[in-house]
Amino acid sequence: MDNAIATTHDAGVHEEHEHIALPQHRHHFETEEQQREAGSFGMWLFLLTEIMFFGGMFFAYLLYRNWYYPAFAAASNQLNVPMGAANTAILITSGFAMALGVYYAEVRDRKKLVIALIVTTIFGCAFLGVKYFEYKEKYELHHIPGSGFSVSMFVNPQAFPQYPDTFAEKPLAPDMAQHTQLFFFLYFAMTGMHALHMIIGIGLLVWLIWRANRGEFSEGYVAPIENFGLYWHFVDIVWLFLFPLLYLINRHPLK
Amino acid sequence: MSTAPIAISNTILTLPDQSTATLPKRNYINAEHGILSWLLTGDHKRIAMLYLFSITFFFFIGGAFAGLIRLELLTPMPDLVASDTYNKFFTMHGIIMIFLFLVPSVPATLGNFLIPIMIGAKDLAFPKINLLSWYLYLIGGTLTLAALVLGGVDTGWTFTTPLSTHYLNTHVLTAATAIFIAGFSSIFTGLNFIVTIHRMRAPGMTWFRMPLFCWSNYAASILMVLGTPVLAIAIVLVALERTIGIGVFDPAKGGDPLLFQHLFWFYSHPAVYIMILPGMGVISEVISTFSRKRVFGYTAVAFSSVAIALFGFFVWAHHMFIMGVSNYSALVFSLLTMLVAVPSAIKIFNWAFTLQKGSITFETPMLYAFGFMGLFTIGGLTGVFLGSLGMDIHLTETYFIVAHFHFVMVGGMLMAFLAGVHFWWPKLTGRMYPEGISKLAAVVTFIGFNLTFLPQFILGYLGMPRRYHAYPVDYQVLNVLSTAGATVLGVGYMLPILYLGWSLKYGAIAGDNPWQATGLEWQIQSPPLTENFTEIPIVDYEAYDYEWLEKKQKEQVTTVG
Repeated sequence: MDNAIATTHDAGVHEEHEHIALPQHRHHFETEEQQREAGSFGMWLFLLTEIMFFGGMFFAYLLYRNWYYPAFAAASNQLNVPMGAANTAILITSGFAMALGVYYAEVRDRKKLVIALIVTTIFGCAFLGVKYFEYKEKYELHHIPGSGFSVSMFVNPQAFPQYPDTFAEKPLAPDMAQHTQLFFFLYFAMTGMHALHMIIGIGLLVWLIWRANRGEFSEGYVAPIENFGLYWHFVDIVWLFLFPLLYLINRHPLK
Repeated sequence: MSTAPIAISNTILTLPDQSTATLPKRNYINAEHGILSWLLTGDHKRIAMLYLFSITFFFFIGGAFAGLIRLELLTPMPDLVASDTYNKFFTMHGIIMIFLFLVPSVPATLGNFLIPIMIGAKDLAFPKINLLSWYLYLIGGTLTLAALVLGGVDTGWTFTTPLSTHYLNTHVLTAATAIFIAGFSSIFTGLNFIVTIHRMRAPGMTWFRMPLFCWSNYAASILMVLGTPVLAIAIVLVALERTIGIGVFDPAKGGDPLLFQHLFWFYSHPAVYIMILPGMGVISEVISTFSRKRVFGYTAVAFSSVAIALFGFFVWAHHMFIMGVSNYSALVFSLLTMLVAVPSAIKIFNWAFTLQKGSITFETPMLYAFGFMGLFTIGGLTGVFLGSLGMDIHLTETYFIVAHFHFVMVGGMLMAFLAGVHFWWPKLTGRMYPEGISKLAAVVTFIGFNLTFLPQFILGYLGMPRRYHAYPVDYQVLNVLSTAGATVLGVGYMLPILYLGWSLKYGAIAGDNPWQATGLEWQIQSPPLTENFTEIPIVDYEAYDYEWLEKKQKEQVTTVG
């Protein structure tokens, strides 16, 4: 009875909501709709922070490309366009599979959802595989910034007849050639950060496949698939900016 | 005439009858027991309390370094510590106070506790991310302490390159990692607030019915979400430069140290608005409550928060006027800097007009709010001095700068934080602190603050550079005054710890609405239930509608009778 004296409003505290249909509904949301909207809005905001994060590196790239244009153009020519193009195709395919996954989750098709997610994962891994060979090539050419970095390909391209592209280049002045290291650093920082996002994404995919296989997303609860889809497409889009910026713009015509 | 009551003896404080009043039987504090129920909680109120304890801890560590700095500066000669130790003192003071106290101070504690309640929601949108943000903060804080224990950092809180990348052998990497991680804590807090305010408002709680505290935290959240990632990447680049020498900021390899400045201040200037905006929100609440009036020009104050957030992104290069930016860009940034004064002035003027003809009472939160208004105005106006190019060349890197940002950050933000903690303490804990001693603490803080930092304006104008551990004898008098003031200030900060701690057990029972305030948070029990409301409220009144409150209270009386 002392409840009546004290200023408490806790009369109905254990009242349960009757309208909750999904086990995944979190209690502090009024409706499932609200929960889904909050989740997707949160994801978009997170992607906004990611844009700002990558933005710093894009800004540095823009600045130094303007300052050291010859070095950046020459270094850009050393990137492997066929591999980059192949990777672009791989990543777009992976994104397509992810979009299919979101669709199959929405139509509650467990089997096809799992297949779509597995395809997404395979293409994601393929991208990283190609990236490994690209990085390996850079290592062999001493294009990894740091103590092992060598500018000889840029100051003396004639010494590399086995690389016809390089052989045809005009040599850079030694001080300008030093700045190719900046290009390669930015190349590794940007593609590396992108690859890190891919690796995290693949980790999440494995987890989602496991959950999807248990049928968690085939009963109308698709928020994790949708939100992960947003993330995965974001990672795609970052690459779609990186590829032309690093590999393609102002590339010399191949001779 | 002589019998007219003195305004200062009036109070609106209404406590329940202490002989019968008890704390609510069920509330968020006793809902669950055991240390794990706190460490694994998803309740925004519990996380807010965790934050409150941790930021207080770091505040006193940062404060201890401030004390050491002032102690060294008591005499012109370096007789307490050597120069490199002194460098570590001001670096640790800066890093701890900025990243571990000021940035999370109001949003992560009061904002976390109050925003869901104020908009009529049961919790923040993402409780787990909220808890994660506290853990990230804790990891960041622990790493900072690790850097401190291992021997300290001496880059200054700005991590200026190439000093931080090439010339120091202190624990720059540890401190950088700490800030990187603490940054994510801040991003997650901001993200949670934005989503919550957009998606979780109760029926009838329109944008323009929200308390101004929500508006200002919303604006600060935008800055956290957009600015902090840029700091993160700048810190990553510094770390890479230090470890593998990649050359982005190294002129020898074609890099540009100025690029670091741009990236760093792109966050760190908006960061001062992250720090001050939530404080301004507190002041709006307090001023309205203790003058019994709706905030004058509610819409203008609401939009001025957003305007500060927006303009805040376009003024960063005013930290770099003497660092070799071009004259033209300096001119543009100088003009844009002046522009920030406009929304800030809108706030100050609107608060002043709120006070006009209000029924003002002088409770502790109000004293702090008055302190804020005066000190922030001085801090803001000296900011205009520094924003003008010619003055800046003379004053930058002197104690004038130090005094300016301490007027804004300590005189402004810390006053607002204390105003908020005192204002909502009855809601946070259900108990009232002793009014007399808390008023004394507010006055002591105000006096101590002015004694500490007013002399520093003069020192700076006379040309004493910042970040030096020794100075010419001519400056000693002012420095002694400043150190004396810091001692008083220290007492002013110790007092609340003592009596607030005391009030946890012995304070008077506060009741639901001791201040007769209108916010939704005051319409529920103190301390609140785990999910705040037994049923989601339907909001049918504007913010700060005191007539609505009176009507509601009359109706309640009749129902009970």
